[in-house]
Amino acid sequence: MEPAARLDNNHQLSVREMPYIVRWRDDRCKRCGRCTAACPVKAIEPAVKVQRVVQSEGPVPTPTSVRRVIQVVEQVTDMERYCVGCATCALVCPNAAIEPEMNIQHKLLHYKNKGGDGYKRGGRRNDPSISTLDRLKFTRISMLTDPALDAGRHEFRVRSLLGRILPPSELPLTTVDGKLVVDKRDKFIPPVREIFPIMIGSMSVGALSPPMWEGLAMGIAYLNEVEGMPVVMASGEGGMPARLLKSRFLKYFIIQIASGYFGWDEIIHSLPHMIEDPAAIEIKYGQGAKPGDGGLLMAQKVLKLISKIRGVPQFVDLASPPTHQTQYSIEESVAKMIQSMSMAWGFRVPVYPKISGTQTARAVLNNLARNPYAAALSIDGEDGGTGAAYNVSMDKMGHPIASNLRDCYLDLVKQGKQNELPLIAAGGVGKKGNLAANAAALILLGASCVSIGKYIMQAAADCFGDEFNRCNLCNTGKCPRGITTQDPKLYRRLDADRVAERVVEVFKAADVELKKIFAPMGRSTELPIGMSDGLSIDDKAMADRLEINYVC
Amino acid sequence: MCRLAAITSDKHFSPMENILSLETMKEGNDGSGLGLTMKDLDGEFGKLKEYPILSGMGTRNGGRVVDEYMDKHGFELLHVWAPKTRKIKGVIPHEYYFARVYDYPEYFRYRSTQEKEDLLLQTRLSLRKLGEADESIFIFSFYPDVLTLKEVGDPLLLGEFFGLDRDEIKAKIIFAQGRQNTNYAIYLYACHPFFLQGYCSMTNGENTAFVPIREFLLSRGFPGYMGYNSDSEVFTHILHYTARQLKLPLPYYKDVITPLTNNEMGKRSDAEALQLLKQSLRPLCIDGPNCVIGFTPDGTCFMMHDSKKLRPGIVAGSKGKYALMSEECGVDRAIPGRDKSRDILPMKYDLVMIPPMAQEVKVWNQLQG
Repeated sequence: MEPAARLDNNHQLSVREMPYIVRWRDDRCKRCGRCTAACPVKAIEPAVKVQRVVQSEGPVPTPTSVRRVIQVVEQVTDMERYCVGCATCALVCPNAAIEPEMNIQHKLLHYKNKGGDGYKRGGRRNDPSISTLDRLKFTRISMLTDPALDAGRHEFRVRSLLGRILPPSELPLTTVDGKLVVDKRDKFIPPVREIFPIMIGSMSVGALSPPMWEGLAMGIAYLNEVEGMPVVMASGEGGMPARLLKSRFLKYFIIQIASGYFGWDEIIHSLPHMIEDPAAIEIKYGQGAKPGDGGLLMAQKVLKLISKIRGVPQFVDLASPPTHQTQYSIEESVAKMIQSMSMAWGFRVPVYPKISGTQTARAVLNNLARNPYAAALSIDGEDGGTGAAYNVSMDKMGHPIASNLRDCYLDLVKQGKQNELPLIAAGGVGKKGNLAANAAALILLGASCVSIGKYIMQAAADCFGDEFNRCNLCNTGKCPRGITTQDPKLYRRLDADRVAERVVEVFKAADVELKKIFAPMGRSTELPIGMSDGLSIDDKAMADRLEINYVC
Repeated sequence: MCRLAAITSDKHFSPMENILSLETMKEGNDGSGLGLTMKDLDGEFGKLKEYPILSGMGTRNGGRVVDEYMDKHGFELLHVWAPKTRKIKGVIPHEYYFARVYDYPEYFRYRSTQEKEDLLLQTRLSLRKLGEADESIFIFSFYPDVLTLKEVGDPLLLGEFFGLDRDEIKAKIIFAQGRQNTNYAIYLYACHPFFLQGYCSMTNGENTAFVPIREFLLSRGFPGYMGYNSDSEVFTHILHYTARQLKLPLPYYKDVITPLTNNEMGKRSDAEALQLLKQSLRPLCIDGPNCVIGFTPDGTCFMMHDSKKLRPGIVAGSKGKYALMSEECGVDRAIPGRDKSRDILPMKYDLVMIPPMAQEVKVWNQLQG
């Protein structure tokens, strides 16, 4: 007698447990094998089946049963190779014979913890609901009592400031013959950069593939030098290519230092050779996607180039600790680090910390408000993205950006410092594609600037990822688009020039759309930071929480 | 949109001149308020120039509260003036209008001007607070040689109502606003001109940047930055903040509310200072559409626009008398026989200033500095 285990297929999973079910059409498939070759997780494989077919040949029906050997494409039911729904198979199929279909009944999280380790992935929070940012509407429209401006005709200054701004009462100005002159004796005037209010947030060389990072960098340089748009980009932890550090383009980049200090050996050694100062230095204390968790670059992504830039051996896991280990208290973490970084560039470069969205953001903010060298505060909300994290961190940890930012801004207003310490907001900007609208909403809530990551990967390099856990393979080094991989076989799919072109298009379009939002609100000369009377939401509790109008 | 009529002269004149100008601009005011601020007074106030005048209105009971408060705080009443009101159809009168001249409390008489100004402000705000909830007291100004009258109604009817056509009240600088109520309630504290410690302004048009400006001013910690029943009140307070608190010369007021672009700034000799100023006072930048007319404590009157010049105004007149108004027809009424070819229609970079005694007009161009 056969054992029951084989008869009832116990301890095996069916495709119904899988988050995506592969729909394959026998009649369309020509068995070219592209799909199985391209699948980044090997969730589908060619298989050979024996099939019984009843057939009839000749003028008179003479049905006969024949056994035939056929080739099929089959989905595997191993949770370690579950279909991630990336649809690379559909992309490469010449006959539209295959595509994954989302399965809402899946049990991925019940099984994806083999070996006692939690589910790790890249991407973003899997929450497809409409975010607060997408619920905010712009309802103060200039009508007759004040003419709406013309986005195409009036002069618009869609610019923001990055850097500590002196309070008016502390400006070192004296009047000579009715004219103001700057008296620089004994007075530190902090460096301030004028930037476009949307920046590309920190994504490291290493997390991103060479053509992706290069494409972003080229796009940024083009925007600055050809389009005259001062867009800046943050390096992420992991340094920057030495050639770029010593180039005139460095001024468009914010260099990040994080708890692993990766890449800083190279940066420090390049310091004497720098011909430009960087746009700013960002000290990373936290990341919205995985608050309180450190960074991790998996060994498979640490290839020759990365090991050289970061100053580490090849093929080792590069873990950044959750916090800066050499420091002890907030005074040390923030004040000393800001001082040290400022000193390295002769106090000519704005230095600011980045934290993840948290209930305690205001404590950090108040510390910074008292520190005259703190150039800004960047807050990364729960909808931020990451290259690698535990699923639980991404899905369940973190603070939404809208109320976190608003609280911080209103705290600054109470102290009269709303113009002194710029707030940079991130995490979910452009989550549903509404880049300019989300950015404008955050600006009206009090942000001086917003930072984007996932959006630019989707818009400029066609990242498959979404809030339905599609793809999200960034951590594995097997990115099917060649965005987050160090495998040349994969990243050669990505054309850096095309990425750069799209970056330029995205920012130019965002610039137009921002004007289309600000013009009807009668604002063109200065960024309407904190113009909360322009915003409304259709939920009373949210309106009260954000101190904006409730509309319905 | 409100209509604005300011006149500055080397001779004292009646506020009826401003009111008649407003009458010609009637299409633009709906009777939701008339505000009159007069500086450098004549008549019964002429001999009391160094003493502060408390201008206000309210109920009889409110008047008693004012008396008690002023007595208690050591102010000595020197002179009382009240308009000789008469019944006019269409004007709902308040019980009590007053302009009372006080001497400072004895212990304050030899203090500095700034200390005295702060005392006057504190007193005005305290009185406002006492009568704001039940609307028994409205205080519009408390400052030497400045008188303010405000009421809801048609400007011409109010002129008659207050008896200004018969009264001897005259001044060398008179600002008048005929209010067109838009998106704020008809409320006397929303009526221009606004006055704070010698600085006065009135504005037409909406101020789309009102909320960030209000938040910035409120967070300066200065007690006089309050009220904001109208979005135009911030213009007076920005003027006060830049000129009195930051001690910036008047032209920088324009640089604060309508800053130049970085390129334009490069041509100015004070470009470095302008850049710092623009950054530090970024929240005070306006976006219009506004025409701002104001005066400073020394009696200089000025006019300027938002940087898109969406609400153009006009400055015209001749030596000894100039009008700064929102419409040309108002100027025609006030100064009919002038040489029109010398009228000034300020452009977006212009700040037009008329020093006291109205002998000349200076046009300061922001690009040249």
